[in-house]
Amino acid sequence: MFKILKYIFFDLIRSRWSYVYLLFYLLLGAVLLFLNNDLSKAVITLMNVIIILVPLIGTLFGVMYYYNSKEFTELLLAQPIKRSSIFIGQYLGVALSLCMSLIIGLGIPFVLYGLFQSNEIWDFVLLLVTGTFLTLIFTALAFNIVLYNENKIKGFSYSILLWLFMAVIYDGLFLMSLIAFQSYPLDSFSIGATMFNPIDLSRILILLKLDISALLGYTGAVFKKFFGTGLGLFISIGALSLWVVLPVLNIYRKCRKKDF
Amino acid sequence: MIKIEQLHKKFGKNQVLKGVDLEFLDKGIFAIIGPNGSGKTTLIKALLGMVVPDKGDLSVGGTSIRKDWRYRDQIDYLPQIANFPANLTVKELISMIKDLRNRPGEDKRLIALFKIEPFLSKKLSNLSGGTKQKVNLVLTLMFDSPIIILDEPTTGLDPIALIHLKELIKEEKAKGKIILITSHIMSFVEEMADEIVFLLEGKVYFKGNIEALKTQTDESNFEHAIANLLTQEDV
Amino acid sequence: MIRLLKKLLFVLPLFWGLQLFAQTIVVCSDCKINSIKEAITNAVAGDTILVKKGTYKEYNIVVDKPLTIKGENFPVIDGEDQGEIIRVVSDNVTIDGLFIINVGTSYTSDHAAIRVVRSENFLIQNVVLEKLFFGIYIEKSNNGKIYHNKVIGDAQDEYNSGNGIQLWYSKNIVVEQNIVQKVRDGIYLEFSDNIIINDNISTENLRYGLHFMFSNDDLYTNNTFENNGAGVAVMFSKRIKMLNNTFKKNWGTAAFGLLLKEINDAEIKDNVFEENTVAINIEGSNRVVYSGNDFISNGYAIKVLGACYTNTFEKNNFLYNSFDVSYHSKINDNVFHHNYWSSYTGYDLDKDGIGDVPYRPVKLFSYIVNKTPETIILMRSLFIDIIDFSEKVLPVFTPDNLLDMTPQIKRYNDKD
Repeated sequence: MFKILKYIFFDLIRSRWSYVYLLFYLLLGAVLLFLNNDLSKAVITLMNVIIILVPLIGTLFGVMYYYNSKEFTELLLAQPIKRSSIFIGQYLGVALSLCMSLIIGLGIPFVLYGLFQSNEIWDFVLLLVTGTFLTLIFTALAFNIVLYNENKIKGFSYSILLWLFMAVIYDGLFLMSLIAFQSYPLDSFSIGATMFNPIDLSRILILLKLDISALLGYTGAVFKKFFGTGLGLFISIGALSLWVVLPVLNIYRKCRKKDF
Repeated sequence: MIKIEQLHKKFGKNQVLKGVDLEFLDKGIFAIIGPNGSGKTTLIKALLGMVVPDKGDLSVGGTSIRKDWRYRDQIDYLPQIANFPANLTVKELISMIKDLRNRPGEDKRLIALFKIEPFLSKKLSNLSGGTKQKVNLVLTLMFDSPIIILDEPTTGLDPIALIHLKELIKEEKAKGKIILITSHIMSFVEEMADEIVFLLEGKVYFKGNIEALKTQTDESNFEHAIANLLTQEDV
Repeated sequence: MIRLLKKLLFVLPLFWGLQLFAQTIVVCSDCKINSIKEAITNAVAGDTILVKKGTYKEYNIVVDKPLTIKGENFPVIDGEDQGEIIRVVSDNVTIDGLFIINVGTSYTSDHAAIRVVRSENFLIQNVVLEKLFFGIYIEKSNNGKIYHNKVIGDAQDEYNSGNGIQLWYSKNIVVEQNIVQKVRDGIYLEFSDNIIINDNISTENLRYGLHFMFSNDDLYTNNTFENNGAGVAVMFSKRIKMLNNTFKKNWGTAAFGLLLKEINDAEIKDNVFEENTVAINIEGSNRVVYSGNDFISNGYAIKVLGACYTNTFEKNNFLYNSFDVSYHSKINDNVFHHNYWSSYTGYDLDKDGIGDVPYRPVKLFSYIVNKTPETIILMRSLFIDIIDFSEKVLPVFTPDNLLDMTPQIKRYNDKD
């Protein structure tokens, strides 16, 4: 697995797309920091960008990689290598190269700006942790989609739908159900509902950092316990990890049974 | 060496293999031919473990391949379409496959034979179709495994490379290997194959040498003999 | 010899009138006078009672003549939870440098460590109060000063705790450089006018750091209110000036930096509101001017409930608040102009430092959260951004005239 990972990773970090992606973050970070001169504002804007963009890039890139390297995958399959090693290796190769673009792309402008001398360093670390989680999750989901769909057009459509659902539609439904049932106690429900969407979970991590003052204004005891103690952070990170582990397990399971 | 028993495979509603029984015990060059959709590729993929059979059993070197992936170490496979990671160079790809198989290979000799030294440090995405196929051949033939499977090996090759390929195949056979070839080029099959496996609609329709085929069909020309097999089926 | 002198000292004032010869009476545990009560009995107006270091178990000490009671190296007055400790009922009394502990808690009367009743020109300074019920209680007394005291409570529940410094029906009093912690209300004013409250630090109090009720024409500046149940509550009062104060980390369900309720003609200038659940909570307040304040990382910077008319918000910095302004109604009669909003996304093509597009500080989402509080969990979601954007373009639920027509491009730097 690590051999596959190694080669995929080195292949990908030399690809044009990795550079485009890296340059995008480099530029975004630089523009936000050096034109605005406001670290807090830059971090907030980046968080908003990351929770939307990273899932989109993760899914699309994952799907694209898989379809483009189909023949190569077949070559690998004919080698004396375990199947799961091939797919998990490919998955990790893609996900880690994306993470690296993100971390380096944002890291350079922030370090140049003098991040280490500022109080915002934890916000920034949180930003990178969230971005890494989302990359791992959505690349894994992309691999799941393609393992079930040999048809490229279907695969791409499903992945865009998945992103749209997680990023926008889910929250729309969530909001409507909260408003529809507002006469009932909803805090357990609303915390529960965020667990089923990794984008929401990442959002919660960010809220815990940026909007804790507003969150504590809410009266519900469950909310208070969730946001007011370390519990929220703990549960969110746990749920995000689960969101990585479950799709990866499914890749492992599915790839062993699949015909190529 | 290779034993296939009652192999069944269905893709959706499409029953591709309907009980294939085959044995390749001794050295030799075996051509698997048949019209499009007859199940050639599926058969080879099943043998390589890329397709999981619904029923039946496959064994290579005496052990069933169901649970174990290590048997693939005994097989060299040339896939039909060569498409490699775009950003690796030829050299890196060769060393990568050697690394993955954990074996040394005779790549130097083959590289010289197919004259691909000038391309060694080029990215794979910049190679022409013919060159890619040569790289593909190097990757396949550089290991010394008892079984070789070649899927349309002649695609895109220039005449000189084709001659080298034929010589190579014969050399390998002389070492006592089992070589399976699929091809649409009947002259190539006729020249190389010791035995022919003719698949039709998921079944082995004919297995034997070319002479036996000609006798059975009453044709002196190999291509006509194949055509004859197909028309018999239609009647 | 000394005895004779002392006897003489007692007798002399009888002849020479009260304040001609102010004397010093020393109290210590092995002196002839070993209690403050006794010293007071023996003292005449204008005398100084010097309390040496030691512990004095006394309560219900009544200061009924103009005296200076001064502690040396903080002598401890231990009330042993019996009730009130010092009561001042005379004008011109100074209490200085005492360490008073164990005020009795009662549900029927408000026992205080030091209570001043119907007296003028008092001065209470350098006093440390611990384990108290009420701290310094000024009742119907005027023209005094409460300076540089430290009140450290250990309040657990509102119903059985008292206030640190309380002014009731009192006028013209200065409260300066005090530290008040862990009581019910740090400083509480009721029916008290013309009070000046400067440079105090009021933290970790159960209810409010500073609390005004029915008090007019008061001024408070340079105070810090941090981590209180709620920072400062100003209720039913007129013409209060609030300048240069810091309101910080007042977190919780009903917590706010500053609560204004039925307040008219107040001035709120150059304060810093940082990380409060609600920085300013406004209810029924009119003609209030808010200028030069910094609102940093609050849940809500301004939360307006109920009718508020002709208030002006100008030249404030609104920085990274979850919500800048929240309204409960659709009607707006307040003016926002020349503020800096960190979430402003407009541009300034004519380079005059003022954004060319007006800023709309009320988001639709704040309206939704008011209706259904649980929806707060959806904050910063793309979906919410989309509906906020559509509301910005076409206001339906939020007041459509609530705009800052002149949003600043650069934030105001401190103190300019």
